Amino acid sequence: MDYEGEKVKVKIRNLSMVFGDEPHDALKLVREGTSKNKIFEDTGQVIGVHDANFDVLEGEIFVLMGLSGSGKSTLLRCINRLFEPTSGEVLIDGENIVKMGERELIEVRRTKLGMVFQNFALLPHRTIIENVAYGLEVKGISKKERLAKAKEVLKLVGLEGHEESMPDQLSGGMQQRVGLARGLASDPDILLMDEAFSALDPLIRREMQDELLDLQDRVNKTIIFVSHDLDEALHIGDRIALMKDGAIIQIGTAEEILTKPANEYVAKFVAGVDMAKVLHAEGVMKHPEPVIFTESNPEIALKRMKKYKRNFAFVVEKGEEKFKGVITEEDAKKAASEGLSLKKITSLDVPVASPDMPITDIMSLVANSTQPLPVVDDGGTLVGMIGRVALLDALIPVVAENGSA
Amino acid sequence: MVLPRIPIGVAVEGAVDWTYAHFGGFLDDLSSVLGVLEDAFKELLLFPPPLVMILIIISLVWLANKRNWKLVLGTVLGLLLIESMGLWEFSMVTLALVITATLMALIIGLPIGILSSRNDTTNHVITPLLDLMQTMPSFVYLIPAMMFFGVGNVPGVIATVVFAMPPIIRLTNLGIRQVPEDLVEVAEVFGSTPWQKLVKVQLPLAMPTIMAGVNQCIMLALSMVVIAAMIGAGGLGEEVLKALMRMKVGPGFEAGLGIVIIAMILDRITRSLTER
Repeated sequence: MDYEGEKVKVKIRNLSMVFGDEPHDALKLVREGTSKNKIFEDTGQVIGVHDANFDVLEGEIFVLMGLSGSGKSTLLRCINRLFEPTSGEVLIDGENIVKMGERELIEVRRTKLGMVFQNFALLPHRTIIENVAYGLEVKGISKKERLAKAKEVLKLVGLEGHEESMPDQLSGGMQQRVGLARGLASDPDILLMDEAFSALDPLIRREMQDELLDLQDRVNKTIIFVSHDLDEALHIGDRIALMKDGAIIQIGTAEEILTKPANEYVAKFVAGVDMAKVLHAEGVMKHPEPVIFTESNPEIALKRMKKYKRNFAFVVEKGEEKFKGVITEEDAKKAASEGLSLKKITSLDVPVASPDMPITDIMSLVANSTQPLPVVDDGGTLVGMIGRVALLDALIPVVAENGSA
Repeated sequence: MVLPRIPIGVAVEGAVDWTYAHFGGFLDDLSSVLGVLEDAFKELLLFPPPLVMILIIISLVWLANKRNWKLVLGTVLGLLLIESMGLWEFSMVTLALVITATLMALIIGLPIGILSSRNDTTNHVITPLLDLMQTMPSFVYLIPAMMFFGVGNVPGVIATVVFAMPPIIRLTNLGIRQVPEDLVEVAEVFGSTPWQKLVKVQLPLAMPTIMAGVNQCIMLALSMVVIAAMIGAGGLGEEVLKALMRMKVGPGFEAGLGIVIIAMILDRITRSLTER
């Protein structure tokens, strides 16, 4: 697979995990197409994960999403081998975790993998700072050094001053910050988060999600996040893998999953999502037309407008297609009759959207503008446009298109 | 219908004989180690004058029970009563026997408890053995103890260890198994070795349960050292036994009261450790 030069951090290949004593028999049955429930009734084996394949890129937040029992937590636990995979590979930086001996595994856990738990799982007999320093302690870091580091990480999550408290003296939200700090303390490359915010009440949960995104900008870890909450997945996930009955049914960005659901199940799953909250300019924009170059003249501009039945045109520089402005039909006609240059009538005084601008912000811009909104990336290149029709189209729920709503 | 006689008794006798024939030397060594240990505790407890010892004991109670003065008062009165009944020396001998037996039970029981918490097969083998050890009438242990070690304090301690050890094994096993799964996972995901997991997470979290086992062990040990007087163990048990044989209600009751007082003090000290 091609990721445009980004580095693959975790690679999962044909990973399966079965609970029971005859796992390989159960796997054979799954391959033959027997359902998870039938296998359990006949053999007593529970299929946790079946034939999972995906890559997690360095620095991204990858969300494993599904209902309870879909195998997402099991899959996560196969990555640090809290559960032994029945078959398949888990490659971290190209090294297969599944094949490792105990010493090697401990080393990888100490250096590369951190984890945050659903119910915080703070050690009740240790103070906050001792909890945070646990990973460093088992690594054999000196007391002075590990407490200094733990203090630093506690500050990062906004808990300075609570170093000597005991876990039960802290609120749920604070306890999970400690959990997060503990996961980050030994500076792992990868952070596994198992329903990390699910035990928190909704307001705190939202706050923690935003803080995680904030924190991620600073620490830039590879995060694999398990969630059953679609809003959460859409909010924090760079990419999402949707799971059902132990299998992954779709992997993609939030927009891809919302706009191009792989099947009926996904479509039903995402039905009812407020598209305006998750879509960005990128997911809605159309190919910009008509476009003319700066060296061109008003006559050509008018011709292009006529061809596309539009009363405007975007002006770009030849080569990298840098956005230079907009001309209207009216101005172009005037310029053509008066012999003015294209440059004179090009207006830069128009609203512009960036590709990652949320739809909610774009709506008002589009509503107040007579022409479609140009979308310009960080490099100044015109990458798309958003008209009223395109915008409305995007906001109509996907399910309707599939005819099931 | 006549069932054939299954010679269990004969087999046990055979096993005991065999053990003595093959491990006699080891048993003698064990006997002398225990003898020295028990003697040392006894000397230590009897070294300070009774009033000084009472001060030491009440400060232990004071510290263990978060400065509960009512308990301290009760302890002082109880110990003074023992001294006034002229039972101080016997009480200290009993205490030395209990401490020695409990220590031995801990040294043997803790590792077995830890082992059976990590391994289901071990647990399945150990559990019925523990049931047997606890339900077998305690007098029965006196016979092999006497055969191997003769009469005196040492066989008394040995019989006591066998009788008092099961709760330590059971509750260590239980305590470790009851540590919440996610906390064990925490130990694992941050790269603990099995030893680090045990020492830094499982044992500290199992400690209240293990201490409940220690408390039960001490109580059982105390009841057993009294019975062990039948094979020559000294202390308050000996006094009770003497009174029994001479049909003297008064001295018997006094010695019994001494045992009750010691039991209560030991219970309060160890129970407070359980509740932490």
